[in-house]
Amino acid sequence: MTSREDILQRLRNRRDGELPMPELDYGSMTGRDWSAAQKLDLFQAMIETVHGEVHRATDEEWLDTLAGILKQRQARNLLTPLKHPIGAEIRASGHPDLPELLSYGEPVEHWQRELFNDVDAAITSTRGAIAETGSLILWPGIDEPRLMSLVPPIHIAVLEADQIFATFLEAMELQRWSAGMPTNALLISGPSKTADIEQTLAYGVHGPKELIVIVRQ
Amino acid sequence: MNQHNPTASQVQSFHPRAREALQNDQLRGNFRRAMDGLMGKRKAAFEGWDLESLRTLGAAVRQRALARLPDLLEQLESQLTSNGIQVHWATDADEACRIIRDICVAREARTVIKGKSMVSEEMELNHYLEAEGIEALESDLGEYIVQMAEQTPSHIIMPAIHMNTDEISELLHRKTGTDRSHDVNYLTASARQQLREKFMNADVGVSGVNFAVAETGTLCLVENEGNGRMTTTVPPCHIAVTGIEKVVPSLADVAPLLALLTRSATGQHLTTYFNMISRPRQPGEPDGPEAVHLVLVDNGRSGIYQDDELIDTLRCIRCGACMNHCPVYTRVGGHVYGTTYPGPIGSILMPHLLGLDETRHMPTASSLCGACGEVCPVKIPIPDLLVRLRRESVDGDSVHPGVVKGHGVKRGRWESLAWRGWQWMHANPGLYRTGTRMAARFRALQPASAGAWTRVRTAPRLAPKTLHQLMKQRADSNSSDNGGSR
Repeated sequence: MTSREDILQRLRNRRDGELPMPELDYGSMTGRDWSAAQKLDLFQAMIETVHGEVHRATDEEWLDTLAGILKQRQARNLLTPLKHPIGAEIRASGHPDLPELLSYGEPVEHWQRELFNDVDAAITSTRGAIAETGSLILWPGIDEPRLMSLVPPIHIAVLEADQIFATFLEAMELQRWSAGMPTNALLISGPSKTADIEQTLAYGVHGPKELIVIVRQ
Repeated sequence: MNQHNPTASQVQSFHPRAREALQNDQLRGNFRRAMDGLMGKRKAAFEGWDLESLRTLGAAVRQRALARLPDLLEQLESQLTSNGIQVHWATDADEACRIIRDICVAREARTVIKGKSMVSEEMELNHYLEAEGIEALESDLGEYIVQMAEQTPSHIIMPAIHMNTDEISELLHRKTGTDRSHDVNYLTASARQQLREKFMNADVGVSGVNFAVAETGTLCLVENEGNGRMTTTVPPCHIAVTGIEKVVPSLADVAPLLALLTRSATGQHLTTYFNMISRPRQPGEPDGPEAVHLVLVDNGRSGIYQDDELIDTLRCIRCGACMNHCPVYTRVGGHVYGTTYPGPIGSILMPHLLGLDETRHMPTASSLCGACGEVCPVKIPIPDLLVRLRRESVDGDSVHPGVVKGHGVKRGRWESLAWRGWQWMHANPGLYRTGTRMAARFRALQPASAGAWTRVRTAPRLAPKTLHQLMKQRADSNSSDNGGSR
């Protein structure tokens, strides 16, 4: 008998018989009837408590906001999506204060060392956010690969203000996640951190030291 | 990692280790501060929540998943397989290690980088791989430090909580040449640099799993550092390893468990990263592992599954709240227990996994104050299970005979004889009366000290007359009084 059959058979022939199926009451997790403004405020307050930085900007001014953020940090370059409209807008803007623009045009194996050592910042879109926990939703993929939001020391995420959900449960339901999950889905709440040395918080242990959210209104 | 199954000598050394830990001011200070902090943060994180309803929901989600466990495992397997993730089954730790070794060998892998995984600690995977000539390096900062110090984690969430900055700085200096420093940011940055090299060169990444979703074939990982994401994204092959109990039916089940897990564990509304993996790298995707495997580990779990009481242990979502609130654990720390999982959850889980002969010290390492059961996010009745295991360790009783491996390990010949005598005496009124009268008459022979009991208490003295004698006396005098007044 294979281990698989062995395990399944033992589970199926349970000595003490059938197990109960208690009802599920999701009452404690639902009923957050927040307005759009409340959700944005809560999202911002929550992500700021975990060291995230939030900038609100209109569609017209967001590139200035972005350029300002990068200039202040003296970023030498910015890894930018190739196809997503935010990437296209950045490239088309020719903004004088933007640093060198990089793209993730080839498999990571071809430029891993550069990605790990020489990229200062990366910008990605988001699929929305969760107000209750101050979390960004990212579905990395071909245009915005997984390591973009992980390896460079600064991660800038662009969030559309009308894409903020009250809870994770609500986001999964409204975006119909169960109909098809991507290779990788992420919730990101703040920059990478650890408290493993004497409970002292330190940021950027493996991932970005800074997480900056530009909320487009 | 130097994680050994406890041996008889480790069982015997539980008390000396506990005494030593109690006298270690630094260790006690570290734990006290950390545990107080975690308790406070947990409380704050649940403010405004109907915590009782949420815990009831969490428990129900886990119970429903366990009720359908074999079906869910099959569904998970078929969903993962159609997503391109290979599924392996292991009846015990050794088989799980062999499966991982075989994957490594087939890929000619020399180095493995690891995300935090308690199941891999349970399997002693690092040891196994190293014996096979494959380097296994921990990447969670706490685990990295503990591995470098050739120790084992003292807390399931904060592995290096028993060490202070000085010790860690000295260790990093000795092992990696990092300058000595009190600056935690500097030490962290130095580890980041060293581990990035390792991530780039690793052939295989091994991670744990917090929840496996059957409906979509999704592996969920909870973490703060990003090492879990690195482990599951950078090396060309990712092997996830998990206990068979971690499967849940649907994505909707994940939401309450996640809400409970991070708040109970560290008082975070959510950890920095919640990483959901459903596929290996797809055509056109520029990063991610080309191969993903899941190893489903039984290692004693299907045994616990048989029993209506013990099965509750399998609800555990590994938050560690029971440890943080345990008056015993917070004073002695995790190493004293000598097992992979310490504290209250360890004290019910380890006897199930290893048998009571090797863990007989654990069910009694508790004051049964009930704090663990009250904070458990999935309402595992830990104190009841501790009592059950105490009963098992003397082989249960006629109603609840022992079923855990090694049951009856604490049953002594003299003690059972004494109890048999006690039973006999109480079943025979004449014998009982004679016995108690004898005890009252010769009460002067009672020893003044009764070991540990009388060290901090006054020994109770036997009364000169038995209750029966007193009652009879009273009845006699009452009837004579009544007779007089009539």
